[in-house]
Amino acid sequence: MAGVEIRDVRKAFGKTPVIHGVDIDIADGEFVVLVGPSGCGKSTLLRMIAGLEQITGGEIAIGGRVVNMVPPKERDVAMVFQNYALYPHMTVYDNMAFSLKLRRAPKSLVDERVRRAADILNLGEYLERYPRQLSGGQRQRVAMGRAIVRDPQVFLFDEPLSNLDAKLRVQMRTEIKELHQRLRTTTVYVTHDQIEAMTMADRIVVMHDGLVEQIGQPLDLYDEPNNLFVAGFIGSPAMNFIEGTLRRNGAAAAVEIGDGTRLPAPPVNGHADGAKVVYGIRPEHFAYGNNGGGLNAEVVVVEPTGTEIQVMSKLAGQDICAVFRERHDLTPGQTLGLSPALDKVHLFDAATGQHLRPPPST
Amino acid sequence: MAEQVSPSRQAAAAARPNLFQRWLERKREAAEGTDYLTSLPKRFVYVYLPVLLFLFILLFPFYWMGLTSIKPDTELIDLETHNPWWVVNPTLAHFNRLLFETDYPSWMWNTMLVAVSATFLSIVASVMAAYAIVRIRYSGSNWVGGLIFLAYLVPPSILFIPLAIIVFDYGLFDSPLALILTYPTILIPFSTWLLMGYFKSIPYELEECALIDGASRLQILVKIVLPLSIPGIISAGIFAFTLCWNEFIYALTFISSSENKTVPVAVLSELIDGDIYHWGALMAGALLGSVPVALVYSFFVEHYVSSMTGAVKE
Repeated sequence: MAGVEIRDVRKAFGKTPVIHGVDIDIADGEFVVLVGPSGCGKSTLLRMIAGLEQITGGEIAIGGRVVNMVPPKERDVAMVFQNYALYPHMTVYDNMAFSLKLRRAPKSLVDERVRRAADILNLGEYLERYPRQLSGGQRQRVAMGRAIVRDPQVFLFDEPLSNLDAKLRVQMRTEIKELHQRLRTTTVYVTHDQIEAMTMADRIVVMHDGLVEQIGQPLDLYDEPNNLFVAGFIGSPAMNFIEGTLRRNGAAAAVEIGDGTRLPAPPVNGHADGAKVVYGIRPEHFAYGNNGGGLNAEVVVVEPTGTEIQVMSKLAGQDICAVFRERHDLTPGQTLGLSPALDKVHLFDAATGQHLRPPPST
Repeated sequence: MAEQVSPSRQAAAAARPNLFQRWLERKREAAEGTDYLTSLPKRFVYVYLPVLLFLFILLFPFYWMGLTSIKPDTELIDLETHNPWWVVNPTLAHFNRLLFETDYPSWMWNTMLVAVSATFLSIVASVMAAYAIVRIRYSGSNWVGGLIFLAYLVPPSILFIPLAIIVFDYGLFDSPLALILTYPTILIPFSTWLLMGYFKSIPYELEECALIDGASRLQILVKIVLPLSIPGIISAGIFAFTLCWNEFIYALTFISSSENKTVPVAVLSELIDGDIYHWGALMAGALLGSVPVALVYSFFVEHYVSSMTGAVKE
């Protein structure tokens, strides 16, 4: 097992740059998820770690060894592909044994490793089957088995769950996490699904347009996003963003929106009165009712999910989503009182998208 | 100014939805799948009649060939007193003559040798060429693919003159090697093109996965790509084999002595004396000559179908 260091890595396809200098330090045994919208360069980065793409600039080191010029087979990594990439003409056993056989491992060792992996993944009775005779989840497991058998330094997963149906995806998510807890192999996992990222990762790397937006533990990203992109990307339903103007009154601050309503805001550092800002608050950080300077929004759609109610509403022409755990009786058109929790409010600079941190407490 | 609509036009417009509805109805009937084939008269018209027609067109030459090869000469020549569609006194005399009085066995052997060797050579070369063009990223790989296809478009009947010079210069004239080495000029372009299409259908991830698993390019080709392309290789092989077997122009030009000839040329040049056609022996030769090709087809078609069902699908 080994850590992975990514230092100022760049990638260009022809003259089109897609990754503009990325630094990530992955510790030994860590489960890191690269997440971002499609086209953000996360898969390309993973493929560079695997050795399937050339590195245009910067360095990637696995276990302290720079692997820029090392071919994939000598990097000692195993990869699970989105479409599993099982060899259709080989049985499950042969699929899993393929890499060891190529290395001319003794037959007894191959057999032992394959059976152990099959045991871990509950594939014992399917060893003689062909991939086409397996269900989606089983194929996914074979693909993981193939990686486990190798006992590599790093596991790479490229959106492995996106071909599965919703229920199976949740189940496999748990299985992959359990597997990692059992084997403690360094894992780099790529997904565009922020829920997968949040639930599985030790640390998340949020990528956007070939750059790292923020690296951190899931809940840290959730609670303290660095910028508008991370704030909007992590969390479902997404954070509400309300554009407005900063109004300062000494240390206290408020954000004035279109119709003159002032939203209570936490104190911020710098930024003069009248600065354009974005007021961000997560749907679950609204209290129900108008007690103490709340806002009056008009209910548009009510979506009960059983565990909670999502309410889409309009406030001064802007869409606001609120989530309540309690079952309130709401009808469209009704006026809804929303009280934002002040300590959960985020202010962002409207121009740069950067988070306006509160002044350092004394 | 508003346009005047003639009464007849109006009537036509009124009739249109009606027609349209009827058309829709027919469509709906068709949408019930192959149910319309259940009644016997319909099935006869739609299925059996066309099939019988095709069968007749395809099989009649073979019937004629077989018939002629077992007719005694008297029946062959005199069509007035004998029914041309049937044989009264079948004989094996033509076969006897063909096999024991001519070089037919060695023509057969030559054809087989040339066809098998040229096919093998072409397939090996095509597999490598197609794989390199499709999978290895180098500048101009698309161009090379196009140029190879362009080569296929040059008719062999134009190429045989320059090829003849080359064959002479290398001292290959009148030897099977002359054909074994020139046939690939026709076979490789097409087989490469065919295999390129097949290789493209193999998911790229399979090869990347094998690459990470530790396979070299050659191992990927042999252990992953080739087993998955068996249907493609068989199609290319059948194509190449049939083409070699039937090839005429090169075989006619590059071979002169009787014992080195291939069946298509030999049958024509050795069994016709001036203006005397030995129809019986000719047809016997043609019949025997088509047996190996028919065997190859019948054997591989089964293989082909079985490998298609397990095609590159995950």
